[in-house]
Amino acid sequence: MVSQSGNEAGGPAGTGWLARAWDSDVGYSFRTSPVAIGAAFVSGLIILATVFANVITPQNPFDAATLNLMDGFTPPGEAGAGSGMTFGLGADSQGRDVYSAILYGTRVSLLIGFASTVFSLVFGVTLGLVAGYVGGRIEALIMRIADIQLSFPAILVALLVFGVARGLMPPSLHEQMTFAVMTIAIGLSNWAQYARTVRASTMVEKRKEYVDAARVIGLRPFPVMIRHVLPNVAGPVLVIATINLALAILEEATLSFLGVGMPPTQPSLGTLIRIGQQFLFSGEWWILLFPSLALVILALAINLFGDWLRDALNPKLR
Amino acid sequence: MIAHLVRSMLQGALVILTVGLIAFSMFRFVGDPVATLAGQEATDADRAELTERLGLNDPFPVQFARFLGHAAQGDFGISYRQARPVADLLAERLPATLELAVLSALFAFVFGVVFGVYAAINRRGVVANAIMVVSLIGVSLPTFLIGIGLIYLFAVTLGWLPSFGRGDVVRIGWWTTGLLTESGRKSLVLPVLTLGFFQLTLIMRLVRAEMLETLRAEYVRFARARGLPERRILFRHALRNTMIPVITIVGLQLGSVIAFAIVTESVFQWPGLGALFVNAVQFVDIPVMAAYLMFVAFVFAVVNFMTDLVYVTIDPRLKS
Amino acid sequence: MIHHPMKSGGVSHRSVIHMRHGRFALALSAALLLATVAADARPLKWARSGDSLTLDPHAQNEGPTHALAHHFYEPLIHRDFQGKEVAALAVSWKITDDPAIWEFKLRPNVKFHNGNAFDADDVVFSLDRARQPTSDMKGAITSIESVTKVDPLTVLIKTRGPNPLLPNTLTDIFIMDKEWSETNKVQKPQDFKNKEENFAVRNANGTGAFQLVSREPDVKTVMKRNDSYWGIGQFPMQITELTYIPIKADATRLAALLSGEVDFVQDVPVQDIERLRGQQNLRVNVGPENRSIFFGMDVASADLKTDNVEGKNPFADKRVRQAMNMALNRQAIQRVAMRGQSLPAGMIAPSFVNGWSKELDAFPAGDVNAARKLLADAGYPNGFSITLHCPNDRYVNDEAICQAAVGMWGQIGVKVNLVSQSKSIHFPLIQKVPPETEFYMLGWGVPTFDSEYVFSFLYHSRADKYGSWNATRYANADADKMIESLSSEVDKAKRDATIAKLWTLFKEEVIYLPVHHQTLAYGMKSGFDIPVDVANQPKMKYVSFKTN
Repeated sequence: MVSQSGNEAGGPAGTGWLARAWDSDVGYSFRTSPVAIGAAFVSGLIILATVFANVITPQNPFDAATLNLMDGFTPPGEAGAGSGMTFGLGADSQGRDVYSAILYGTRVSLLIGFASTVFSLVFGVTLGLVAGYVGGRIEALIMRIADIQLSFPAILVALLVFGVARGLMPPSLHEQMTFAVMTIAIGLSNWAQYARTVRASTMVEKRKEYVDAARVIGLRPFPVMIRHVLPNVAGPVLVIATINLALAILEEATLSFLGVGMPPTQPSLGTLIRIGQQFLFSGEWWILLFPSLALVILALAINLFGDWLRDALNPKLR
Repeated sequence: MIAHLVRSMLQGALVILTVGLIAFSMFRFVGDPVATLAGQEATDADRAELTERLGLNDPFPVQFARFLGHAAQGDFGISYRQARPVADLLAERLPATLELAVLSALFAFVFGVVFGVYAAINRRGVVANAIMVVSLIGVSLPTFLIGIGLIYLFAVTLGWLPSFGRGDVVRIGWWTTGLLTESGRKSLVLPVLTLGFFQLTLIMRLVRAEMLETLRAEYVRFARARGLPERRILFRHALRNTMIPVITIVGLQLGSVIAFAIVTESVFQWPGLGALFVNAVQFVDIPVMAAYLMFVAFVFAVVNFMTDLVYVTIDPRLKS
Repeated sequence: MIHHPMKSGGVSHRSVIHMRHGRFALALSAALLLATVAADARPLKWARSGDSLTLDPHAQNEGPTHALAHHFYEPLIHRDFQGKEVAALAVSWKITDDPAIWEFKLRPNVKFHNGNAFDADDVVFSLDRARQPTSDMKGAITSIESVTKVDPLTVLIKTRGPNPLLPNTLTDIFIMDKEWSETNKVQKPQDFKNKEENFAVRNANGTGAFQLVSREPDVKTVMKRNDSYWGIGQFPMQITELTYIPIKADATRLAALLSGEVDFVQDVPVQDIERLRGQQNLRVNVGPENRSIFFGMDVASADLKTDNVEGKNPFADKRVRQAMNMALNRQAIQRVAMRGQSLPAGMIAPSFVNGWSKELDAFPAGDVNAARKLLADAGYPNGFSITLHCPNDRYVNDEAICQAAVGMWGQIGVKVNLVSQSKSIHFPLIQKVPPETEFYMLGWGVPTFDSEYVFSFLYHSRADKYGSWNATRYANADADKMIESLSSEVDKAKRDATIAKLWTLFKEEVIYLPVHHQTLAYGMKSGFDIPVDVANQPKMKYVSFKTN
C-alpha cells in the first residue's frame, strides 16, 4: 500500500486525476454499481440544489419580512390567499413555501453536517496521529477517552455539550451561537473512530525504516511521517467521514426535533419536522410529510454511497 | 481468566472516574453554584459563608474527591429546576427507563438474530433482500420519525395502542412496573418498537455478515463434507461461533439503548431518565445532567463487565 | 355514551397501587381485586399543555397554577364557570359601619384534608402570608391593611380607605391551614423566581373538593375526592379520582384524547377543533377567555442590551412604539395563526372587565407605509434589531404568534431575533428585579373583572406590592397615584372615570402592544359537558357525567 501511494504521487501527469480515478479499481466498482451511481446522483443533486437555493426557490424562508401570513396553510399546488403566489409543495403555518423551506433547511442541515464532520475529522485525525506517534501515557489517555466516547451514543454527548455551552454563554448569545454550538456538539461526539483508525496506521508507519532514515539526514520525523501516513489512511477516513455525515445530519435533526437545535425562525430539516408534527391530525399533511421525506432521502443516499465506498475500498471484499 | 476479569473491572472503574471528572467539572464551572443557591437578595457575607460551607475554597482534588464520595452515596445535590434531590428524581424515573430499555434490547436481539440468520441462509431470496432493504432504510430513518409514524398509525388511525406515558403502573417497593396491567403493557408496545428498531437493524446486519463469514469457514465446509445434517451445521456450529462477536456488540449496545431512550422518551412522553435529561439540557439544570452522565457511565461499566463474563463462558479459549 | 371504566379490560383507569413489601403474585392479585371494585369509580383524566409551576398557593400568580390549586385549596369566595361569585369558605360578607372595614362570616364545620378544623385563625394567617414579600399574590390585594379575628367564624378586613370591590380581589387568595404551615415551616411563600423550594411546593393541605394523592412534576398529579368536603350535596362531586397530566406536544395531547387515554383536554390546538367536531364520541366547547395576549417592551431604560442601537433605546421613542403597533396585522394573526379563534384587541382587558369599551379596544389597521414613516421620523429609517422573548407552552399558539409578529415587524425594517422557551424560563425573565428581558410576550387574565387588577400588575411602576409583572420599566408617578386611589374610591362614577382616564393615557402612550383576547377550546369525551370557564380554571367539583 505504501509503495503504491508513493508511485501515484510521483506518477506521470499526462492524464488528469479524474480520468485516472475513473480507470482505477474504485472507479470500475463505481461504474458497475447502479446503487452507487444512483446514491451519488441523488446526493449530488441535493447538494447542488441547496447551494443554489436562493436562485431556484421563489422565497427566502429565513427572511421573516418576505413571508405573508395570509398564505399560511396553502395546500400543495394552490395559490396563496395573501401573495397570490403558487406553492408547489404547499405553505406552512407562517406562509412559508414548504419547497423553499426544505431547500434552505437542508442547507442548514448539510452545513452543520459538513462542518461537524470536518471538525471531528481534523480533531480525530490529529489526536490519532499524536497518540500513535508519541505513544506512552498520552496515547493511553487519548485512546481511553476515545473508548469512553465511543461507548456513549453521539446524541447524548451532543446534548451534553449543547447544555454545557448554554450554561457557559450569556443567554443573549444563545440564538446567534446555535449554529456554532451545534457544529461543535455534533463534532465532538464523532471524533473517536478517526483517532482509532489513524493511530493504528501511525503505529505501523512509525516502525518503518524511512522514519529512521529521515531522522538520520536531519529531517524532523513527524512531518515526514504525516506525509506518509495521511495518504494511507485517506481511504478508511473517507469512509468514516461519509457515514458520519449521514449520522451528523440525523443527529442535527434529532437535536432540533427535541427543541435544543435550530430555532423556528431559521429552521433546519429537524425543526421543520418538529413544526410539522403539530399538524399531524389537522389535515395539513404537507407541512410534516415533505420535510420528513427530504431528510430520509438525503440520509439514505449518503448512507448508500458510504456503504458502497466502504465495500469498494475494502481489499478483503474485492 | 481471573486476570481478564480484573482488568475489565479496572477499566470500568477508570471509565467511571473519567466521566466523574467531566461531571464534576460541569458541576463546578458551568454556572455559578453560589449565585444559584444563594439567591438574589443574598449579601456578600452570605455568599462567602456559602462558598465556605460548600467547600468551594478547597483545592481541586479535595473537591473532586468529595464529589465522588457524595456520588458514591447517591448524593448528586439538588436539581436547580425542580429543587429536589437529584438522586430522588433519578430513582423515580429509573424503573421506566430500565423497563423500556431492557424490553427493547430483548426485542431487537431476538428479532435481529432471527432475521439475520434467515437473511444469511437464504441469501438470494426475495424476503432476505426485502429484509436488507428495510434495514438500510432503518439506519437512515431517525428514531423520532419512526415514533411519529407509529403514533399516527396505531394510536390515531387504528386506535389500538396508547400514544403517550406508561399507562397504569404497579408499585412494588420503590420499583414501578407497567408489565402487570393491561394499559401498562399496551403503553410499552410503541416505545419498545421505536427504540428497538434501530438496534434490530444493526444486529440483523451484523448477524448476517458474521454468519456469511462463518459459513465460508473451513470447518463448516469440512462438516458438510462429512455429511453432517445441514440444520446441525447451521445451528450447532455456525450460529454458536457467530454469536461471540454479536454478543459483544449487543452488550455494548445495551448502554446506548438506555441513552438512545432520550429521543423515544421525548416522543412518547415516557416518564423516564431520558426525558428528564432532555428537560435538564433545556433548562441548563447542571446537577441533573451531571448525575445522568454518571449513571450512564455506571451502566456502561456494569454492562461491559457482564459482557466480558458472558464472553468468557462462550469462548473456550479464554477459559483456564 | 357512558364513560365506562371497565373498558379495555377493566384496569385502564387505575391509580398507582401502593405496595411496600409486595411480591409479584401479590401485586397481580391486588390489581385484579381493584378491577372488580372499580365499577363505581369515576375517574377523570385531565390533560393540558403545561404543568402547574408550584403547589404553594401564594407563590405564583399564574393561570394553570391556580387552576390546579383550586382543587386543593379554596378562597373565601370563588367564581363558577360563568364568572359569577359564589360563597366558598365565607358564607356572607358585608361592609361594616366603617366603610373601610369588611366583615366576613366564615363557613362552619369545615375541615382541612388533614382533619384540622378551619377557622378565623387560618384566614388571618393565609391573608397575611399572601401579603409577604415573597408572595406573588400581594399585588392582587394591595388594598388590605390588616386582617383581624373577631371570633372563630368572623374576621374583619381593614382596607386602606374604603374598598367596595374587596370581595372581587379575594377569588384567587387561597386559605391554608395555619397549624400545618407552622409545623412544616412554610409560613412564607416559596420564592419562586429565585428557585427556592419549600414543603408546600409538593404537598397540599387545603379544604378543597380534592385531596392530593401524588405529584410528579411534568408527569402527573393524582387527586382523589375529598369525601368529607363541606359542599357534598351542593355540587355534583361525581369525580372520584382526578389525574392532571401535562402533555406538551400538541399532536400527542390530541392523540391522547382521540384514543381515549384522557377524558378532557383543556387546550385543544386551534388547528384540530374541526377534526374533533367530526368525532362522534367527542365534544368540543369553545368560548371566550378572560385573558388578553400582548407584547411588552422596555420603554424607559437609557440603552438596550439586545438591540443594535448604541447609546439609545428605540422603544423610549413613542413613534417607534406606534410604528410597532401599526405593523401588527392583528386580523391576519386571527385568521391564520389562530384560525379565527381569537378577538383582535386594542387593550389588555376583554369585554367582561369593568373599564372595557369598544373605543379603547379599537386597534390600528396594519399599515406598513405609515409605520415605516413613523420609524424614519424617529431616526430609524433602516430600522434596528432587537431580541424578543416568547413562551412556547403557555398561551394558545404563543410561539406561532411571535413568529408571525416577527415577520410583520421585519416588513418595517425592525429585525427581531426570536427566543422562544418554556414558561418556567420565560416568566422569571419578566419577574426578576431588574427584568432580564427588554421585549416579551405575556398574557393577562383578570380574575377580579375590574381594570384595577390590570393596572396594579402591569402599569404601576415596580415598587413594593405593585407592578410585579411590569417589565416595561414604565414609571409615571401621576398614573401610579391614580391607580392607588382606585382601591379606596367608593364613588363608582368617579372611579370609572379614573379608570377610563388611565386607559386613555396608557393607550395614547402605547406602553404595550395588545394582540388579541384569547378564545378557548375544551375537548372532552361526550360523556361530559364541561363548559369553557371564563377564567380558564374549570373546577371539577361542578362536573357531572351524562348518563347518555
